[in-house]
Amino acid sequence: MEAKEIYARTERKFSGKVSGFQGDVVDPNFRVEAQAIVEVCCYLRDDPESNFEVLSDLTGLDLPKENNLQVVYHLYSYSKRHQIVLKVDLPRDNPHVSTMEGVWKVANWLEREVFDLFGVVFEGHSDLRRILLPEDWVGYPLRKDYVEQEEYDGISTQRAPLVEKLLR
Amino acid sequence: MQPLINSLPETVFTTKVDDLLNWGRASSQWYMLFGLACCAIELMQTGGPRADVDRFGCVPRATPRQSDLMIVAGTLTYKMAKRTKLLYDQMPDPKYVISMGSCANCGGLFQLAYSVCKGVDKIIPVDVYVPGCPPRPEALTEGLMRIQDKMMRERWLVKPARAAEAPVGA
Amino acid sequence: MLFDFANVLVFTALGAGFVGVNLLIGRLLRPSNPQARKLSTYECGEPASGSAWVNFNMRFYIIALIFIIFEVEIAFVFPVATAFRRWIESGRGLFAFVEILLFVGILFLGLVYAWAKGDLEWVKKIKS
Repeated sequence: MEAKEIYARTERKFSGKVSGFQGDVVDPNFRVEAQAIVEVCCYLRDDPESNFEVLSDLTGLDLPKENNLQVVYHLYSYSKRHQIVLKVDLPRDNPHVSTMEGVWKVANWLEREVFDLFGVVFEGHSDLRRILLPEDWVGYPLRKDYVEQEEYDGISTQRAPLVEKLLR
Repeated sequence: MQPLINSLPETVFTTKVDDLLNWGRASSQWYMLFGLACCAIELMQTGGPRADVDRFGCVPRATPRQSDLMIVAGTLTYKMAKRTKLLYDQMPDPKYVISMGSCANCGGLFQLAYSVCKGVDKIIPVDVYVPGCPPRPEALTEGLMRIQDKMMRERWLVKPARAAEAPVGA
Repeated sequence: MLFDFANVLVFTALGAGFVGVNLLIGRLLRPSNPQARKLSTYECGEPASGSAWVNFNMRFYIIALIFIIFEVEIAFVFPVATAFRRWIESGRGLFAFVEILLFVGILFLGLVYAWAKGDLEWVKKIKS
């Protein structure tokens, strides 16, 4: 099925909650509202025409110009051999969205990674804690306004001055 | 019974015994496999058949309790730094550290990253730095030879004339 | 005969003395630098958690028990084998043979019992 058709069917079912279809890019995608993301994904997974059995990726983006964080879901269907990308915009100061763990189990670790690096809180997640960085790390590194801490665990994070001279 | 370390006068007999002890230690450096990243592959190959380091008596050990040399091969992250410090502390004296590759020397290619420790010498004392990305097995073997030279210069029974001759930690 | 005992004593003393002198030389020559972190339990760099006493696998005990039984059986068969020629020469070879065969057979019945009960299986099947 073409990406345009997937978008059309989804829009017919959830009119008002999906928008912004982009078809002439490498990964055709459309935006979904944060409150409706779980039901849209359930529909895409259970509907026999679309049948997206697999969440192949769940990542995050920081868009400083629009001042929001964006969570991106890549869905793939092995039986129908089509794929689609969903994007959810979240406010920067309080990024909350429902967890996708109930729909696809693989979202468990993927959402932990987005929480670790962006600070997006997934409500309903069974075990939301840092996965890549140490447990007592302060800050969310992949945000554009991240400032490194001076010292971690007694080890100074200062770099050799030579590299900074080259940067300038 | 107090050990006789650094307490005897410098006679022919005691210096020869010192040389014997140092030669024994230098010819059997059991290194702890501490391969963290890509340098680990070159570390494995240095112990492999082509650039064989076993002919110098260097045998890989997995545990810090049986090793007297720690070759930090690869990028050290802050998360791993705590464990590295504990493993270094659990090695018995006399112990030496080789920092292999640019990531272990100074953070290397990933120096600007938030999670990388800028060099392993921020947490443990390093004896020999082996530059390279990754260093060839011949380069690492040269590092092991330098550690051998360092071991041969130490004085165990004899009172050392200079502080540089005394072994680390004794 | 006393000389033979003295032989054994001297050998034992030399052996113990050799080991003791080597350990003594090591004690004199090695550095002693005990630190709290050095003496901590090794657990791949993490602080040690949980108890080191784990449940022992019962299969090892079963296998060891059966091994001991048959090892002792072999130990009993050896003297029979050495004395067998004398029994043949005195005409009672068949008697000795049947006797030892009976001995091995009784223990073999025990092995068959353990085999049939499934005690020799390392990976036990689930009765479903």
